[in-house]
Amino acid sequence: MYSTPYDYLPMAIMAAVAFGFVAVTMAATHLLGPKRKSEVKLDTFECGIESQQNARFPFSIKYFLIAILFVLFDVEVIFMYPWAVNFKEGGLEGFIEMLVFIGILLAGYLYIIKKGALKWE
Amino acid sequence: MTLTVFYLLSALSVFSGLMVVLSRKAVHSVLYLVFCFFTIAGHYLMLNAQFLAAVHVIVYAGAIMVLFLFVIMMLNLNLAAEAQKTPWIKISAVILSGLMLLVLVASVKGAEELSAAQPQNDIGLVKNIGNILFDKYLLPFELISLLLLSAMVGAVLMGRKEPQPQNE
Repeated sequence: MYSTPYDYLPMAIMAAVAFGFVAVTMAATHLLGPKRKSEVKLDTFECGIESQQNARFPFSIKYFLIAILFVLFDVEVIFMYPWAVNFKEGGLEGFIEMLVFIGILLAGYLYIIKKGALKWE
Repeated sequence: MTLTVFYLLSALSVFSGLMVVLSRKAVHSVLYLVFCFFTIAGHYLMLNAQFLAAVHVIVYAGAIMVLFLFVIMMLNLNLAAEAQKTPWIKISAVILSGLMLLVLVASVKGAEELSAAQPQNDIGLVKNIGNILFDKYLLPFELISLLLLSAMVGAVLMGRKEPQPQNE
């Protein structure tokens, strides 16, 4: 199996269409829509709650903890790609190998749940 | 055709890399860095390294940059409270980055001719990586799960306040 950069031409076209759609939509709404600027309309709002201060203020470490855990499981997912591509060749052996990998991480997941790290109090 | 794509990608990555450094707002820097990572993933594809490209988009552009955004939000970067830059800090920064540039240029000059546009082998394809990973490097692969497990435990221990029953 050999692949050349040309094989990614469909992906490049897809990416270009996706970016282009966003860019064209933003430009079009900017150009086509009527502009009625008023103080209330340009006010920052957050679901009807009056805003207190600017956005740059320290917030709870809990968000960061969840982000870290997300990164860890994201790294786990990365190893599933080569496994999934080789699933048939790997056979039962490969399946068990992955099962051990996932099992250890599942222990981590159970630890996180048990510790209540994902609970939001 | 390949060379044109390479030059285009390179221009985009250099531009976004410069914008990371030059933009005044930290969040803008992070967004430019995400874009830079995408262009570098494109470079990996040009070098026939599928797996690295996928890792780069999913882990770096996806997850790590979320962490970066969170760190920036935690740093309390008010515009008024911008760090004072004394001349000494500026001078030492210039010297350090000059040395870094020297090292980079020297290493690129010493290397053999870099053939970016002509991938020579297909070891970087996901299938071949998997073949090696689940055969020759099986033990390191399983050890990675232990590493991730310890990272999870560490993150939970450090990031979580022990529940205090008296003031709930």
